[in-house]
Amino acid sequence: MAYSDKVLDHYDNPRNVGSYSADEEGIGTGMVGAPACGDVMRLQIKVGADGVIEDAKFKTYGCGSAIASSSLVTEWVKGKTLDEALAIKNTEIAEELALPPVKIHCSILAEDAIKAAVADYRTRQTAPDTVEAA
Amino acid sequence: MNRPIYLDYAATTPVDPRVVGKMLPWLFDNFGNPASRSHAYGWAAEEAVELAREQVAALIGADPREIVWTSGATESNNLAIKGAMQFHAGRGKHVVTVKTEHKSVLDTVRELERSGCEVTLLDVQENGLIDIEAFRAALRPDTVLASVMFVNNETGVIQDIAALGAICRDKGVLFHVDGAQATGKVAFDLDELPVDMMSLSAHKTYGPKGIGALYVCRKPRVRIEALIHGGGHERGMRSGTLPTHQIVGMGEAYWLTRENMGAENERIRMLRDRLLNGLSALDQVFVNGDMERRVPHNLNISFNFVEGESLLMGMKDIAVSSGSACTSASLEPSYVLRAMGRSDELAHSSIRFSIGRFTTQQEVDSAIEQVSTAVRKLRELSPLWDMHSAGIDLSTVQWASH
Repeated sequence: MAYSDKVLDHYDNPRNVGSYSADEEGIGTGMVGAPACGDVMRLQIKVGADGVIEDAKFKTYGCGSAIASSSLVTEWVKGKTLDEALAIKNTEIAEELALPPVKIHCSILAEDAIKAAVADYRTRQTAPDTVEAA
Repeated sequence: MNRPIYLDYAATTPVDPRVVGKMLPWLFDNFGNPASRSHAYGWAAEEAVELAREQVAALIGADPREIVWTSGATESNNLAIKGAMQFHAGRGKHVVTVKTEHKSVLDTVRELERSGCEVTLLDVQENGLIDIEAFRAALRPDTVLASVMFVNNETGVIQDIAALGAICRDKGVLFHVDGAQATGKVAFDLDELPVDMMSLSAHKTYGPKGIGALYVCRKPRVRIEALIHGGGHERGMRSGTLPTHQIVGMGEAYWLTRENMGAENERIRMLRDRLLNGLSALDQVFVNGDMERRVPHNLNISFNFVEGESLLMGMKDIAVSSGSACTSASLEPSYVLRAMGRSDELAHSSIRFSIGRFTTQQEVDSAIEQVSTAVRKLRELSPLWDMHSAGIDLSTVQWASH
């Protein structure tokens, strides 16, 4: 299978690899996918007091396209508000990385990861106690 | 440009240059049709074909008259299975085979099922081997044929053909063996093995693609229906003009293999063990399939918490195969590994290395280095490796479905 230059670039130089510790302030964590399906993405966003995403980190188990999709998303969400981040569509990710049809699910998973991370952040803001307990 | 290191000999092998040399004269200088009985062009070609038939028979301990030329092991599997079931339709319609067989067997029995046959697909044990008693129990009074591959193409595991064949003889069931991955790797003698039909391929054993054979036992005489009708070549079992150059190539390839097999397999085993030792330095590495009953050429190994296709991307200077879904169109991980009870995770993480005649120690060392670098890099990227390192049992995690 031939990979696009952009997929290869993200695979060779993945952006923003890493993790935040769970107790850090303003973190939202989204983990989507399953090992049995061959891909798991963990996307973490760090949201500032102004509601803007300051930083993002990811780790992904999956094929090159899954790694590239999540790496790209960490770049795209930075500087966006939560609602702006939620507006990112899988089709834009797929287009940017020139993913073939068989790899579209990777871009869908990346979109899901954003949604999951934002939802987790919002849950934590409204119910910090349950986070402490977890 | 440097080409990738080739460690995919189970997919195909290069044609040995000595074989190429033997093939060339049969394309232009001696182009005759082996079936032409009326002139020297035909006589020369026929002589070459018959010599090759003897060479192929010699490697497997058969009589040359038991060799039927085909286009390859896929056709041989089709001919053996469909041919036997059709010829013996009056005796029954039940066929037994195994979940880890090659697709050319599984799809063939699937097709027979559509036309009214009954198929039993046997499970294998965790090590990839058939449970002999389960095999015995699967044979019924109306079972016409059992088909079992000698050596599995993905794992290199060697089935106990002698024991399985003895059960078939005992129960009056025809026994077909797909030997495509066995020739030159396992020493065997069909004069002694209770096998009725065996599929053979040239291109897995340093011969050309597009040529193979079906061994059809004469004592006891095995009868099958032809699939391809025409000029009545190959005693009516497979019509079509014989491709002299291909046949000469297969003969020479099998002949060379027979002469060097012992020493060659020891050298290959040493390289395979070197590869395994090198890769075992990585944590969470699992060999798929039995290590004892396995051809020396194969190492099928899973790198836990690393997905196979991303690993292939990381080792782009090595040519290998992966059992991961993403390398195929099906999106399903290797059905062979799953039949062995391997988890989807480990199946997704599997790589098949297969070593051959032209593999060098330097190439193996370079492969160890590249694979280790890629695995370490991808584990740094893997949330699963993170969780594993933190002591989390991944089987207890509730995963979001997708």
